[in-house]
Formats: sequence, structure tokens, C-alpha cells
Amino acid sequence: MFIPCDRGGGSAAPDFKGFTLLMPAVSVGNVGQLAIDLVISTLDMTKVGYFYTDCLVPMVGNNPYATAEENSTELSINAEVYSLPSKKLVVLQIRSPFIKNKYRPFCETLLSWVKSSKCARVVLLSSSHAYQRDDEQLLGTPLRYLLTPDLEKAVGGRMQELNWKEMEKVAAYPGISDTDKVLHIPGGGITKLLFTESCSKGIQMAVLLKFCSEGDNIPDAFVLVNYLNEWLQLIKSEVSTSNNSTDPSSQWKIPSSWRLLFGNGLPPALF
Amino acid sequence: MATFFGEVVVAPSRAGLDEEEEAREETPEDREIRREIEKKRYGQCCSGEIDVLWTWKSGGCAEEPLVCSRFIVAIGRNAAAFLSSFILDSVCWEVVGVVKLWNEWCRTSSTTNVLPTDSFCLFYRLISDPTVLLCQCSCYVAEDQQFQWLEKVFGSMQKKGLQVTILSTCPVADYKTQESTLTLASPFLKALKTKEFQDPVCCPLLEQPNIVRDLPAA
Repeated sequence: MFIPCDRGGGSAAPDFKGFTLLMPAVSVGNVGQLAIDLVISTLDMTKVGYFYTDCLVPMVGNNPYATAEENSTELSINAEVYSLPSKKLVVLQIRSPFIKNKYRPFCETLLSWVKSSKCARVVLLSSSHAYQRDDEQLLGTPLRYLLTPDLEKAVGGRMQELNWKEMEKVAAYPGISDTDKVLHIPGGGITKLLFTESCSKGIQMAVLLKFCSEGDNIPDAFVLVNYLNEWLQLIKSEVSTSNNSTDPSSQWKIPSSWRLLFGNGLPPALF
Repeated sequence: MATFFGEVVVAPSRAGLDEEEEAREETPEDREIRREIEKKRYGQCCSGEIDVLWTWKSGGCAEEPLVCSRFIVAIGRNAAAFLSSFILDSVCWEVVGVVKLWNEWCRTSSTTNVLPTDSFCLFYRLISDPTVLLCQCSCYVAEDQQFQWLEKVFGSMQKKGLQVTILSTCPVADYKTQESTLTLASPFLKALKTKEFQDPVCCPLLEQPNIVRDLPAA
């Protein structure tokens, strides 16, 4: 599945032992994917390979993180892997939807790659339909987390310190009391499947998600990536002197491919 | 989501999520049934399965890969028509293969005698240089068939020193640019190339945020 980039000179495949794998779920508003774009762009991560998979709709374009003429002509496809060894971080970006009936094969192949490459843990960025929230979820923070039992032992305490809210389980049969509570992540794509599979395979996985709706999801991406940063500290949040608050939003670099997200310029003749 | 008329509908998600698929919990019995159905479908070469038939192969097991130095693929009706009008003729080119596939949008057959209005996918070889191959694919290859098409076509080729050129068209309205597409001089050419391609390109490269999808991308 994973094909390393040919960096010339017959260099060996990259080693991800002990790394944190950060990846998005293709979910409502594409918030996870937008947040990953911000991480890759800000940390100026190097592409180390891609996934050769028949599970995603094919697409190709030029470098979405180009900053100048010289680096704009590298081709980019639907599932690519970037790495930052100094932070022991490896990032998978997914750029197209799943093909029908391919969710499960992709999850299985991905998790077996996680095991074989000996990644320490997986952090999945996702989102869920805001309109499916119950009365309690409508109040307070729209951000939630989930931890597999193996990761709960390691970082559960940190989540308490950060005062984060765990994703609530809902009744399997709404309206009927004392039924089993189940995990329900509407609009989350492969989130629930990956999470439940990781639980059963003993993989350390954390899910960070935001309730949102389709629309301009750039602000949602910023909120989610700042949430991630509270825990992983990927960038330093500088204290702003003007209002004495820590707001790291301005330190995330928007990639050049985010231009024209909502259409072209207007024809002058319209006015 | 509430619509203008006050009814509540499920909002379709840009993320392409199939709500029914997510909600459907498969029992082991369901899984077994689905597996049996898939075995039948793909075993019988009907919906979903792709077959590449080469004229020189008799269908034996020991099939040598085709030696190919240049492979030109025209995807879509416009690109296929371009090849028909300017490149192909019965003197210099001979038909060497055909792709047989079926999906909800089109069906191709194994006949090589096609009309321009048919959906087809044919392979031609230059008679004077048999390592030059050309593919005219005017049929639509569905999302879940593109990978298979790729593996079966390229699987028959010896890929050393192979140069692939893909011709395709996209609507101007899909092109993302700062100005309005109304004022843009069209049609116009854009290209994408791998870093291994060292020859000069005859037109500007496709700028972000524009992308290519489906079979040309595959």
C-alpha cells in the first residue's frame, strides 16, 4: 500500500517506528482534511511517499503547498504521506472521497500498515453533523475526543487536565430508556469504523472531532487544528500582547491551493 | 437542515459520505451473502468486470508483455475524435485490442468495427513502429473500474523506457481562475507532467487549485 518516494541514491524506505500518525477522516465539511492541510503547510513537511490504493477516487494536480514557481510543479495525488522526523510526526493526507464498498478494505489495509510500520499511535481528525446534536451537546464546546483503551491508559490523564470533553454515546434505540449505549458519529465517514477496529486490534488511537455543517469550513479547520495543538503542541502558541490571550490561529499557514474555494472571479459585464 | 418550505431534509455532504452505508450494520450472514454475490458478478464478467482482449493473444497462459515505448491514451469523446480526425488512418495504424466493460452509463462490446457515436475503447499499433501504441477510450469508465482498467492495460505492457501521453478534455466552466471564465480565450491547453518527463511541454502547466480526476488522473 505505502510506496516511498524515490529520493535518489537508493535511499532506504523511511522508518516510522515510534512516530505519531496524524490523518483525516473524509467527513462532513472536509474539516479533518483542511486541518491536515494546515499542519502540512505550516510545518513545511516533506513528502515521503503515497498510498497506492483502489479505494479512493483518483485525482492528480500540481503541488498544493507550493510557495514559489520552483516548487509548484511536483505532482500530487489522492493519498500522500508527509513526515517531520524532528517531531516524530508522520501525516497522511486524503484528498478524494471513498469509492463505494471500499471503506472496510481501506481501513483494514491502513491499520495493518500502522502495525507493520510500528507507529506508536494514530490521531484521527474528523467531524460530525452539527444538526444531529442532542440538547446537551448544543451547549458548550463543539469539540470532542475519543481514545482507544490502550491510549486511554497513556494519555487519559492529560485529557482531564486539558478539560476536554469525551464524545458521548447515544442510546441504540432513541426514545426507549435503558437500552445499550453505542457510539454514533453521523457524517464522520470512516471514523467510527477505524476507531472500533483500532480498539479490537489494540492500536493506540485518538479521535478529535468537531460538530459542524457544510459551508465555509475554514474556521472549523482552524478550531480543530488549535484543539489538536493544545495536546500535541506542534506549534508554539504565542501570547498576543494586545489582548493578552493565546490565539495561535494566525500562526497556521494557509496553503496556496485554498485559493478560489468558492468559485472564480465574476465577469465584469455583470455589473 | 430545514429548507425554504420548512421541511427537514438530510443535507448531502461534500465529503461524499453515503449515510446508508454508514448506518448499515452487517451481520456475519449479510457478509456471507454479499461475498457470494460478488463472486458471481466478478466471476461472470458482467457488471463491474473489465476484459482487455488483444488480437494477437490466443488466450494461453504464457502471455508475453507487449513491448511498448510510447503509449498515447485519449480519454473521452473529444480526445477520441481528435485522434480519429488527425492521427488515425487504416494505412498506418492497425487495431490490436479492445476493452470490454459494462457499467450503468455505458457498455462496450468486443467488436472492433465501431461507429464514432458508439462507446468504445480500442487499442491501435503503428505498423511502421509496433512499439507505439494508441488507445481511444470514448466510453465512461466508472470510479470502481478505473483501477482495474489500469492494472489490466498496463499489466500487459513492458514498462521500461515507456513514455505515456494522456489526452483529455474538461469543461471551461470547471477551470478555477481569478478572472471569470467568460472572458477567457478558450479552448486552451494545460498540462501535468511527472518529474521523469524531461522533454519540453507544448503548453503551460495546470496551476493549483485546478485538479484532474477519474481515468486521466488514475
